[in-house]
Formats: sequence, structure tokens, C-alpha cells
Amino acid sequence: MARRKLRIEYFAILRERAGVDGEELDTEAGTPAELFAELSERYPFPEPDRLKVAVNDEFSDWQAPLADGDFVVFIPPVAGG
Amino acid sequence: MNQFELSAECLTPENYREQLRDPTCGGFSTFEGWVRNRNEGREVLELEYQAYEPLALKEGSRIVAEAVLRYGASKAFCIHRVGDLAIGELAVWVGVGAPHRDAAFAACRFIIDEVKHRVPIWKKEHYSDGNSGWGNCEACVEQAANHRAPSSRRA
Repeated sequence: MARRKLRIEYFAILRERAGVDGEELDTEAGTPAELFAELSERYPFPEPDRLKVAVNDEFSDWQAPLADGDFVVFIPPVAGG
Repeated sequence: MNQFELSAECLTPENYREQLRDPTCGGFSTFEGWVRNRNEGREVLELEYQAYEPLALKEGSRIVAEAVLRYGASKAFCIHRVGDLAIGELAVWVGVGAPHRDAAFAACRFIIDEVKHRVPIWKKEHYSDGNSGWGNCEACVEQAANHRAPSSRRA
């Protein structure tokens, strides 16, 4: 399977659970959904059903294909205001 | 003036108000969100707002532009704090100028409601009992923990 290098940044509860602000990952994950599943093996992350995802600073579909060098952010339920 | 901004410094509503002045506006509506000392029955000592800034700025600007278009407002601006805030501090400010008051009220309401749901900003509350929690985040994590625990039974 093709491998790709991704950059990931964590916010809020995910940052606390991961214990890091972000990381670079060499992965076979081809979609944000696959990437989140892989990360959930390492960190006590919540189920993804209430989360959103952004790729390269724009909201993305969980099944969108990831490319080498992509920047991925998982977005827990927001709470501004 | 960008339509949506984030600020690590104290907000200054009088400045935003002056910059929104417009001779086509007969009505001007504002909303201020303040840090409250209680949430869901717990005493809150202070708050921390964290933002995914590039996307927060994009999504916030889209919301303000949508409000202007949808309600025919003349000018609108929203600014949200990030970082550590004390009780009573101004966390978010919205201002909308429009030819008439109905549009100003409606667009102002639209902006604050959409910002709360769509802009990637998170609030960490520090409670008087020493605990802390990310608003809206903790429940989904607890749910996941219960779901994963092999011994857990679903009611």
C-alpha cells in the first residue's frame, strides 16, 4: 500500500488525550477516517461520529483521499461564544 | 477591517463600533458574550479559549458575509477572544449596521448563533472544585470510554 507523510495538529480534548500539540506521521491511512482509526489505537480518542475534520485548513469529507504532505486537523464539538 | 477576527488581547467595542459607522445605517445592533461564573451547575473560576486559527478565520468570515447577504445588512463584524479569560471579561463581540432595525437584530442573532456552532473555537472551563473540562467535548469522550470498556453494558 502507498504510504504518505501527513502533518496533524490537535486541539482541545484531542490535544489533551494525545499529549502533544501535533505530529508528523508516515502512514498507510488513505482517508481522514482511516487516519483517525489509526490514531485511536494509540490515544484514547472519542468516537468520530461527533467530530469534523479539516484538510489543509478547509473542512473535508471523512472519506476524501489524503495526499502526501497534507495537513489534517480533527475538530471536536466546538464551544465558542 | 476584516469581517471576523480573533484576539489574544482585551476586546475594545468602542473601536469596532466607530469603524462600523455608515451613513446608510439607521439601526445598529450589538451582542456581547461575557464569561459567566457558572455553567451547568458548577462554579467556574476562569476560562481558556483555544482556536484552530486559519479555519476559524475562514469560517467566521463566511458567517458574517452570509449574514450581510441574507438580511441585507450594510456592515457587520465579529471578534472572538482566545487565551485565558477571567469571569466578566468580554469573550465575543458582534456588531451589525443595517438600514432598519429588523435586519440589524436578525443578522446579529444569526452571527452569534452560527459562530457558536461552526467556528473551531473551544472553551476550557476551570472549576472551583479543581477540575476542568472542555465544553461540549467531555460528554462525547465519556460516551466513547463506556462504549470501549469490555465490561460495560448499555442501558
